[in-house]
Amino acid sequence: MSRALSQDAVSAPRGGDLPFERPAEWSVRAQLGGYLARLRGGEVGSMPVVVGLVALSLFFQSQNDHFLTAGNLTNLLVQGAGVAMIAMGVVFVLLIGELDLSVGSMAGVGGAVLARTVTGPHPHSWWIGIALALLAGAAMGFVQGVLVTALNLPSFVVTLAGLLAFNGIVLEAVNNTGRTSIRQVPQLVYIGNGLLTPTTGWVLAIAATMGYAALQVLRRRRRLRLDLKPGPALLIVWRVAVVAVVATALILVTNADRGPLAPIRGLPFVVSLVLLAMVVLSYLASRTSFGRHVYAVGGHAEAARRAGIKVQSVRVGVFMLSGVMATVGGIVLTSRLQSVTSTEGSGQILLYAIAAAVVGGTSLFGGHGRVVNAVLGGLVVAAIDNGMGLLELSAGSKSIYTGIVLIAAVTIDSLSRRGRVSSGRG
Amino acid sequence: MTNAGVPLLQLQGIRKHFGAVEALRGVDFTLRAGLVTALVGDNGAGKSTLIKCIAGIHTIDSGSVVWEGQLVTIAGPADGAALGIEVVYQDLALCDNLDVVQNMFLGRELRTGVRRLDEETMEARTRETLESLSVTTISSVRQQVASLSGGQRQSVAVARAVMWNSRLVILDEPTAALGVAQTKQVLTLVRKLADQGISVVLISHNLSDVFAVADRIAVLRLGRMVADVEPDDVTSNEVVQLITSGHAGFADELETPLRRGHA
Repeated sequence: MSRALSQDAVSAPRGGDLPFERPAEWSVRAQLGGYLARLRGGEVGSMPVVVGLVALSLFFQSQNDHFLTAGNLTNLLVQGAGVAMIAMGVVFVLLIGELDLSVGSMAGVGGAVLARTVTGPHPHSWWIGIALALLAGAAMGFVQGVLVTALNLPSFVVTLAGLLAFNGIVLEAVNNTGRTSIRQVPQLVYIGNGLLTPTTGWVLAIAATMGYAALQVLRRRRRLRLDLKPGPALLIVWRVAVVAVVATALILVTNADRGPLAPIRGLPFVVSLVLLAMVVLSYLASRTSFGRHVYAVGGHAEAARRAGIKVQSVRVGVFMLSGVMATVGGIVLTSRLQSVTSTEGSGQILLYAIAAAVVGGTSLFGGHGRVVNAVLGGLVVAAIDNGMGLLELSAGSKSIYTGIVLIAAVTIDSLSRRGRVSSGRG
Repeated sequence: MTNAGVPLLQLQGIRKHFGAVEALRGVDFTLRAGLVTALVGDNGAGKSTLIKCIAGIHTIDSGSVVWEGQLVTIAGPADGAALGIEVVYQDLALCDNLDVVQNMFLGRELRTGVRRLDEETMEARTRETLESLSVTTISSVRQQVASLSGGQRQSVAVARAVMWNSRLVILDEPTAALGVAQTKQVLTLVRKLADQGISVVLISHNLSDVFAVADRIAVLRLGRMVADVEPDDVTSNEVVQLITSGHAGFADELETPLRRGHA
């Protein structure tokens, strides 16, 4: 395997004369060893969730060959969108070693604020509704974050109280009718139900792949300019290939005609929103000081404090982010159903969102996890929900199996952490 | 050797009490650039209090602090850092889940244009710093600190302290948790710091480490500096006596602190 990489030397400058000088740490074997080391160090990574997703798909397909049809897969993506949005915020909360049990209720508040703003005797414009909903999310997160940091209350209890209070707010806000419809605002209906044209889908896929490739190449150039080990060029090819394949598959599936009567095709708008949020939040987590400080606070809060990081601000910021992403999820869910009920957000949304973040490989012990995990975990949760539905299993058994998957994910996390502790590096 | 360094920091009559407890009872302490000063003393002698006063974590009750001939007030950790004083605490304060580069720049990340972290420059500077300290045991600066050995972690913590143009680096028990080979690695690093012109204070209970690397040995006992000597002038046993009783066997004037080697 490692011999294949010596081609890399050809593309590296001055590589031609000394092909064997390439640092050993970049060989494929060393990369694999590096992954295992990270796994032992508590970094679960995306591997288990990807394997799990493939296994689940194969299982459901073997039970019901409708599972892997274009129509069902697209449906599954849309079903998972709201939970994935919320779960991305949850990842940040888990990263600092806290818990946010109020995300479902905050999603409900987001939907309620949106619906109340655009309806009633004096309806406001749709974007004012969205802005107010997001603002409400930030405000709820701020209050909870301040209670957790300034008063040093456990986040478990603070957000449990938040869960109750915010559910109450939704009840009060929607109570008059039991259901507030937003069907009359086309822009809001589009968020959860709109489709991009097949051409737009392809343009997005190509732009995303080329953008990713360009970033990888630029990064390699910067490393070479500073005389840093650039890593194998082949690795970049592999990464770009993976992105290209995923993007192509996504567009092929969603562009296939899935209408039973009239033709229905195109990438659901909400899926592109999820991917956009994933890119933005991944950038925030891994390429900004704020993201770096989030990991530091989750890894060793006292070390972060001594390094001059404003630990309390980081914590409050994370709770605000969680609130905003929860309301984004709430907007998506409201748009999909085209209405808000008085019990919005009080059901399984919270459990699914936290399950998605954890199933995706985010550690409950803080400091380990990535935003992309939330999306992958959201896919797993949606796949179970969807697949069980196809098997015509009861809602009860759906919950039971989701619970089992969650336990499996937490077990992997815990075993990985045990490895960390036993090596004296907990 | 004695006159080799210009006094970087001169403390005179430093007093500090916590409630009824007098932790420092008029400490005089002089630190010179390019020298390793070992600070030894029994538990409760005031070592930690003294370094925390120097670093600005505690404020002193009375006494004067002179930095390069200027009377200064160190009112907080930021003042200490601004003068170039860095402390490497015993627990190192590294984040296990971050890699070496991320730890080195923690809280002081370099950024480019749109608030993006400048990972490449940070990595290059990390490598430069480690190379300048001859730290060769860390093969990749992109590995998580969780995967490093105790000596490697100590090296990262020390390198982080010196990367910011530090003038005075205080190491609190850097070898306490290390094996023989790793202790040697860290002591070599300590020597290297001093050779770069940095004043190093080494707190240690291990006298063989102290004799191996220190240019001066300062003995603190019950909040007073009882000796400030060169290692060549004393034996290990005499230092133990100074630590425990405040005077060495040969010192007949009990109240006069032992001060030799001042030429």
